[in-house]
Amino acid sequence: MRELLVISGKGGTGKTSIVGSFAALANSTVLVDCDVDAANLHLLLNPKIKEKHEFYGLKKAEINEQKCISCGLCEELCHFGAVKNGSINQYLCEGCGFCFHACPENAIMLKDNVSGEWFISDTCYGPMVHAKLGIAEDNSGKLVAEIRKKARNIAQDENINLIITDGPPGIGCPVISALSGIDLALIVTEPTLSGIHDLKRVVELTRHFGVETAVCINKYDLDEDNTNTIENYCQEEDIMIVGKIIFDPAMTRAMMKGRPVIESPELAISKQINIMYNKLYSKLIS
Amino acid sequence: MIISVASGKGGTGKTTVATSMALSVKKITPLTFLDCDVEEPNAHIFLNPVISETERVKTVIPEVDEKKCTHCGKCSELCAFNALAVLDTITLVFGELCHACGSCWYFCPENAITQKEKEIGIIEMGRVRDINFIHGKLNIGEAMSPPLIKAVKDKISPQETVIIDAPPGTSCPVISSVKDTDFCVLVTEPTAFGLNDLMLSVGMLREMNIPCGVIINRAGIGDDRVINYCKAEHIPVLMEIPLHKKIASLYARGIPVVDGMPEYIEQFQSVYHTIERVIRS
Repeated sequence: MRELLVISGKGGTGKTSIVGSFAALANSTVLVDCDVDAANLHLLLNPKIKEKHEFYGLKKAEINEQKCISCGLCEELCHFGAVKNGSINQYLCEGCGFCFHACPENAIMLKDNVSGEWFISDTCYGPMVHAKLGIAEDNSGKLVAEIRKKARNIAQDENINLIITDGPPGIGCPVISALSGIDLALIVTEPTLSGIHDLKRVVELTRHFGVETAVCINKYDLDEDNTNTIENYCQEEDIMIVGKIIFDPAMTRAMMKGRPVIESPELAISKQINIMYNKLYSKLIS
Repeated sequence: MIISVASGKGGTGKTTVATSMALSVKKITPLTFLDCDVEEPNAHIFLNPVISETERVKTVIPEVDEKKCTHCGKCSELCAFNALAVLDTITLVFGELCHACGSCWYFCPENAITQKEKEIGIIEMGRVRDINFIHGKLNIGEAMSPPLIKAVKDKISPQETVIIDAPPGTSCPVISSVKDTDFCVLVTEPTAFGLNDLMLSVGMLREMNIPCGVIINRAGIGDDRVINYCKAEHIPVLMEIPLHKKIASLYARGIPVVDGMPEYIEQFQSVYHTIERVIRS
């Protein structure tokens, strides 16, 4: 089983649109949307939800006022400033349990906290695992780990040898969680100064975790100088550029219709995505 | 007055709006600009501040004194983040999982755990064109950005006029960034993705009780769903920035919109005045 992860440093570079098209190109694949904060892949693949599960984040502390003697120890000990005037701010509580263990009166309880949902769905291109983290909830890394594990189980059970994952933006907790055990990371970038800046940081990240990396320059015709800079950078760093995709409003139009752009295979942009997919696939299985 | 600029997802033009708003508003009031997108800070590319001060931001992680440790397992049992693993002869610390809650060193029966400082990133401070500029840069491989974001925000005082460029999403890093701000500008685009993410952000801000308004970027590429949603939810649309090749090309070259197209200065100033009225009302 091989796993391809598509990431981007920052959002909005076209990651999800490309993953949607990959889904249509793959013969058989399990799809994962790891952008649990602001999942978008479902807007392209119209999944039919088969299973819905609750995701439990860390438990949250709560004070039992009947038992509390207002000694103030919990407020003093909490490193997150979550305890104020005898009550616990649920947004600030990280669920570490320090106050629970320390309270001399056993006046603090840890309560289960449903912090999101995850789904197993059918799409016309294969099974998909996706999630929705509750608003203002943490533990996105754990949720990412959970849905990735589920995807691997499905791939095993259904004898599917490829998993394509739409990654979260950034270089923090959810991305780090998405990178573990990945065979190949495709970084989608655009030819802007901020795009180049973000690309370099995310390349450092994949290096840090020893993940093989390839780059796709989306909208490469927007600014040729910047595209050259990216190409030179990748050459110096020995990173393969697997695809260059033109700027084409058809990509946005397809997204508005809720379909991957590749469903219009005659477009130049679709041909470019197709070539890129084939390169990635042969790299993955080699 | 503290204004945060956020967006459900990245790439909607948050930094474009935040930097141009800052350059427009600094003509009205003294201003501090904060880039809280510490995972991928971009505002400096557009504002080019002269950095005069750098500060290392540290958090603490446990350090186990193996001479005192009896491998009783209490610390790993208490740790909610699985940052400690106790084996027969050694106790392992996974620093990147540690939230620095303090349980392990507080409860260790042998006093074998002390706090060791660990750098998570840096804060750079400087000035550009009469604006105080502050941003944070998370070290690569570091999972936890909220402590760094908090350290960046600790540099401001509530009396100042501050514009905060927030990270994307609706979880911890964004919450840390928009928390305690007086108003949040949500930048979105009129597409299916934009609307989906806008709705998540609005939900987050409502839970946090922070008033918000919307700036629609790349107006013209999609449809009316975002406008209709804002109307139905009584969210003011503060401004629409049309899809314009010149804007895209300024962005690509790292030039703030109001530098290349000064006609936008007045519009950003009027957005600022609208926000002022909302906060004071």
